[in-house]
Amino acid sequence: MKRQSRRDFLKLVGATGAGLVAASAAPCAASEGMHINNEELGMLYDATKCVGCKACMSACKRVNSDYGSLSYEKAKFDTDGLWDAPSDLSGSTRTLIKLFKESNKRWSYVKYSCMHCQKPSCVSVCPVSAMTKEKVSGIVDYNKNTCIGCRYCQVACPYNIPKFQWEKALPQIVKCDLCKNTNLREKGISACAETCPTGAIKFGKRKDLLQEAQTRLKENPDKYIAHIYGEHEGGGTNHLYLASMPFNKLGLPDIKPEAPAEFSEKIQHTIYKGFIAPVALYSALCFIAVKNMKGNNRGHDKDAAHKKEEK
Amino acid sequence: MAHSEEFQKLEGKIFTKSFFILLSVVLVGFFFVGVRYVKGIGAVSNMSDGYPWGIWITYDVATGTAIACGGYAVAILVYIRNRMQYHPLIRSAILTSMFGYGLAGFSVMVDLGRPWNAYNFFIPSKWQANSAMFEVALCVMAYSTVLIIEFIPAILTSIEKSKWERMNLIRNWLHPRIAPDAKSMNDNLELVRLGAAWLKPRLNKVLIFFIVLGITLPTMHQSSLGSLLLIASTKLHPLWHTGFLPLLFLINCIFIGYAIAILESLISSYSFDRPYEIEELSGLAGLVPYVTVIWLSVVVGDLVQRGQIGAALRGDFYSGFFMAEFLLVAVGSLLLFSRRLRRSPRWLFVSASLIVLGGALYRFNVYLIGFNPGKGWRYFPSFAEVMVTVGIVALEILGYKVFVALFPVLPNTVVHGPALPANGTAVQVQNLAFEKTVPQA
Repeated sequence: MKRQSRRDFLKLVGATGAGLVAASAAPCAASEGMHINNEELGMLYDATKCVGCKACMSACKRVNSDYGSLSYEKAKFDTDGLWDAPSDLSGSTRTLIKLFKESNKRWSYVKYSCMHCQKPSCVSVCPVSAMTKEKVSGIVDYNKNTCIGCRYCQVACPYNIPKFQWEKALPQIVKCDLCKNTNLREKGISACAETCPTGAIKFGKRKDLLQEAQTRLKENPDKYIAHIYGEHEGGGTNHLYLASMPFNKLGLPDIKPEAPAEFSEKIQHTIYKGFIAPVALYSALCFIAVKNMKGNNRGHDKDAAHKKEEK
Repeated sequence: MAHSEEFQKLEGKIFTKSFFILLSVVLVGFFFVGVRYVKGIGAVSNMSDGYPWGIWITYDVATGTAIACGGYAVAILVYIRNRMQYHPLIRSAILTSMFGYGLAGFSVMVDLGRPWNAYNFFIPSKWQANSAMFEVALCVMAYSTVLIIEFIPAILTSIEKSKWERMNLIRNWLHPRIAPDAKSMNDNLELVRLGAAWLKPRLNKVLIFFIVLGITLPTMHQSSLGSLLLIASTKLHPLWHTGFLPLLFLINCIFIGYAIAILESLISSYSFDRPYEIEELSGLAGLVPYVTVIWLSVVVGDLVQRGQIGAALRGDFYSGFFMAEFLLVAVGSLLLFSRRLRRSPRWLFVSASLIVLGGALYRFNVYLIGFNPGKGWRYFPSFAEVMVTVGIVALEILGYKVFVALFPVLPNTVVHGPALPANGTAVQVQNLAFEKTVPQA
């Protein structure tokens, strides 16, 4: 009896294990099956054209401050609050220009804002669908009226884009939504792209942006690193980059073409496909437990007699 | 399952010195919880946009629920593997699970930025089945409910047997004008008692289905606690980021569950001056190494398969924490292979502690230590943050102490025999008030 039940237990563990092995063996080919929609809206940022004037940053704050809960950030030395000087994306800043300087001759600006992934991790992990991806425009949007503030989107985002308002009693997540409810609705273009005086930010459909980027790479091969960042990174993003310096030096991480969300969803779906496994587990365990109970009650007459007394 | 005579209340004062010490720790913790709600999470914690999950999630939720898996692990043993001899351990295991999960839920509400929106978990149009967090949240809520249902028989027994002494004391203490009429109060209490007596056998009939649910749900959400970090493929160190995370977390919680059931029993025997349940414990301890060996082999096998063995032995920061976690579990299990050591409360305590520490460190490694969001981000918990967690743990211990005195939770020493006097002599056993089995005619 003893040995038998141990075997049962190991079988149980083994079965769970086998399921998970199957889950983890398959996922590599996943991104090939993923459909990239080039009709979605996005932006192409050309770091070689950017002069670092930060007009995009101030336009973003001007347009989105009320709707997006943005505010000005004082620098430490600036006691009078003369400048808006965020040091990084934050709970009050959706977009940011940074300068990376290797030497006096080798430097580059870089713009940070939401990458609007084709397969966004934040949307995949949000437990209450507060992060959504719009079907037509492809905009990754955030709804503060649904958000529970669990910050799983922050853990999941490989670009560290969603930011949380740590200093507020009633906080929310802050991230770029391509001016969906403000400039895009009113003028059909995001505020940063509209404002950029040098044309470093181009707004449009992903297919047009890709074509434009390829043309620029072809015309000036010496000027650029021969890579469009975001074309394949993490399953593809709608925010694309061109630059003259390696992208990882500009703080853009090296990410495999497979979307991280593909990997995790594959495993989660394998375990919970049609909710069959949990139901099967429950029924099997019920069967075993009830059988055990009956066996015990027969075994201990005294126990059973006592139960009758209680009734 | 109605072995109510199997369990007994702990006689003694509730308001002891340790009660007030724990209470003051709880109050300090709750003070900082108050600050968090007024001034925001940033005011009390060192969490940042790079490390959005600090020790509240890592300890209170990810590790705390594993430590609260005693009820789960013992239930598997008793009801699935049919080892009724371990049944005496189950009630205290379920009680700690109840507190562990309840307070994990509480600290989630402290940690959530917008807790008032949490009702969205119950709105089907908001459900997001791709999210491991969604699965964890629903399962944990369901399991906490199941744990309460599993504990109800103990409360019902208490109500059935109660002489309502405290209630009458309070009534007598109240001013006669506001005190309820003695007779009507007693009539009402009698109704409550009858209700409890009516409910108990009926609940007992269906209880097994809740118990099995209490085994299924942790299997689901403990593995999903591992799945939570699957998506962080660029942030979690390759030593820990693997498709096997769900399986590793599941096995991990089972051995932590057994080890914590052993520790819990040893500690409560020691601190309540009761005899050690050495027979049950050594048997339980004999199982632990089998589970840990499975876990250790999956860990090693997975590292080999992904070619990360070199990273494990490199001797850097990450490999150091990996080796610590691995060795703690391995050494703890190795000790338990010895039959002689398994029968010594001291060695049981040592090895179970090592295993719990190693298992918990694994969870810390996955959630915090092996998590690197990129350059420039650092995290070490702030004092206030730690105090919130400590306060919650203190509340857990406090609740346990009060509950074992109010309800029949601990194994009955007469039925199971005083094997080894814990702290002093067996004489103290006489101080315990046994819950007598009064046949209800």
